[in-house]
Amino acid sequence: MAVVFEKTKGLTDKPTHYCPGCTHGIIHRLVAESLEELGLLDKAVGVAPVGCAVFAYDYFACDMQEAAHGRAPAVATGIKRVHPDAAVFTYQGDGDLASIGTAEIVHAAMRGEKITTIFVNNAIYGMTGGQMAPTTLVGQKATTAPLGRNADHAGMPIRISEMLATIPKAVFIERVSVHDVPNIIKAKKAIKKAFEVQMQGLGFSMVEVLSTCPTNWGKTPIEALKWLKENMIPYYPVQNFRTPEEVK
Amino acid sequence: MAKELWKGNEAIAEAAIRAGCRFFFGYPITPQNEIPEYMSLRLPQVGGCFLQAESEVAAINMVYGAAGAGARVMTSSSSPGISLKQEGISYIAGAELPCVIVNIVRGGPGLGGIQPAQSDYFQATKGGGHGDYHLVVLAPDSIQEAVNLVQEAFDIADQYRNPVMILGDGMIGQMMEPVEFGEIKKRELPEKTWATTGLRGRKEHNVINSLFIDPAVCEKHNQKIFTKYAEIEKNEVKVEEYNLEGAEIVFAAYGTVARIVKNAIKALEKDGIKAGLIRPITLWPFPKANFFKAADMPGVKAFLTVEMSMGQMVEDVELSVKGKKPVYFYGRTGGMVPTPREIVEEAKKILGGAR
Repeated sequence: MAVVFEKTKGLTDKPTHYCPGCTHGIIHRLVAESLEELGLLDKAVGVAPVGCAVFAYDYFACDMQEAAHGRAPAVATGIKRVHPDAAVFTYQGDGDLASIGTAEIVHAAMRGEKITTIFVNNAIYGMTGGQMAPTTLVGQKATTAPLGRNADHAGMPIRISEMLATIPKAVFIERVSVHDVPNIIKAKKAIKKAFEVQMQGLGFSMVEVLSTCPTNWGKTPIEALKWLKENMIPYYPVQNFRTPEEVK
Repeated sequence: MAKELWKGNEAIAEAAIRAGCRFFFGYPITPQNEIPEYMSLRLPQVGGCFLQAESEVAAINMVYGAAGAGARVMTSSSSPGISLKQEGISYIAGAELPCVIVNIVRGGPGLGGIQPAQSDYFQATKGGGHGDYHLVVLAPDSIQEAVNLVQEAFDIADQYRNPVMILGDGMIGQMMEPVEFGEIKKRELPEKTWATTGLRGRKEHNVINSLFIDPAVCEKHNQKIFTKYAEIEKNEVKVEEYNLEGAEIVFAAYGTVARIVKNAIKALEKDGIKAGLIRPITLWPFPKANFFKAADMPGVKAFLTVEMSMGQMVEDVELSVKGKKPVYFYGRTGGMVPTPREIVEEAKKILGGAR
């Protein structure tokens, strides 16, 4: 019988702890498949964040390090400088990357660290129970913004891809979404390209992936996908911000 | 090799390179800047990598990544910067990663000052960051000893998979002394089979981690680390005993202050008072047994701890003496350095009372 589908070798067999309907599982698979298809699993080192993806080190089948909250780009810098031929990536959420870890991500991008960052933006703190994130939309309710985010009080949600795209050595920046199949296919393409950029030594690469959090958004998985499409994408446009000539 | 005149910070950096350190991540802060400056020039010459991080926080996390990737790696800073590194140091200890951290201590708290101090003793020896852990803390009293200890520090770190701190002060960092870079005694070190190098044909993936969500597993991890600490306490205590025979008063001092105390001891001798010194070279593990034993010496009337702080090591001296003899303290702080004369006066005052 012909095998029509196989699970990627980039993931372990460990059952994940993610909530039902959470899109972290899809994003893990896209990263792992990309590493496998590019032949990078044998020299990949990933860095897990603090947040929902904290246990990512158990799920990716390559070598992994677990970083302190927000520090993954600094940890990845240390790894990449020791093993310049390795495929080094960070997998970070929006609390980790866009709040406590802004200095680390901005300066890794500024130095043009040859690493790939997968930035999972679900507009909320998931692991700690639904607090407001820097990416939480105006009016969106969170446990620390019970009346919804008020822009006068908490400012406007931060657009990380747009910010990093102003940095010369951040050579590949793309925002994608995983709320439906066409977008998942595009997301995979972007992730693969980001790793290609790294392996060609062109500079820093990041893919921001818009993701859902049905549990803390208080929605069913299907409602959450719809909410992402209707609310997040208008504020966080899905687009490529930068691609180096070499991989166009 | 002939002796050469070296500035402390530069000698520490050179000693690290000679010990095989090839990666350095740091951030500017006085009075340790010559370490990163020296590294930025020398490391590329030996095929290594120096990187100036965006902050102390980032620097220590780069150390975490590089140590986890299997490299010999170092960072240096001074007191306020070391405070910022504490998060990363706790993670490094938790993940059992080897590295060397140099603290050229200045006055505190807060911004404090930039003159020499020893007021980071508690932070260095009692953990410093969150959780149950220890650093091995080495406190040189001269630039020559700093050079020797830096070389040793990397081996201790690798042998036990634990961060090691060199605790100097502004004097060690800034003064110049003759130094000889001798042969390094090499230890038999275990291979770093745990390092995240990329699988490269290995079957099981390596994970560098300090998270143990199951409390029973987390407790076991702590117990395992403390079994290691018991080994370190058994094997790695370094201490100098000076002039103890017949001493009426025993000083406790470490680092540069111990040298000032030696001058005070000579001055006391001229006045007919016999005084000795116990100088911990490892502040953790602390040479408890030496103090405990000295407390039983019949001639010893009292201990006097001298520090450039408001009194920190004195607590370990008290714990070691276990109430057998009175323990006194004399300290200057904020960047002020005690003079031999002040120390002599203090000793005489104590002995006057004790007699």
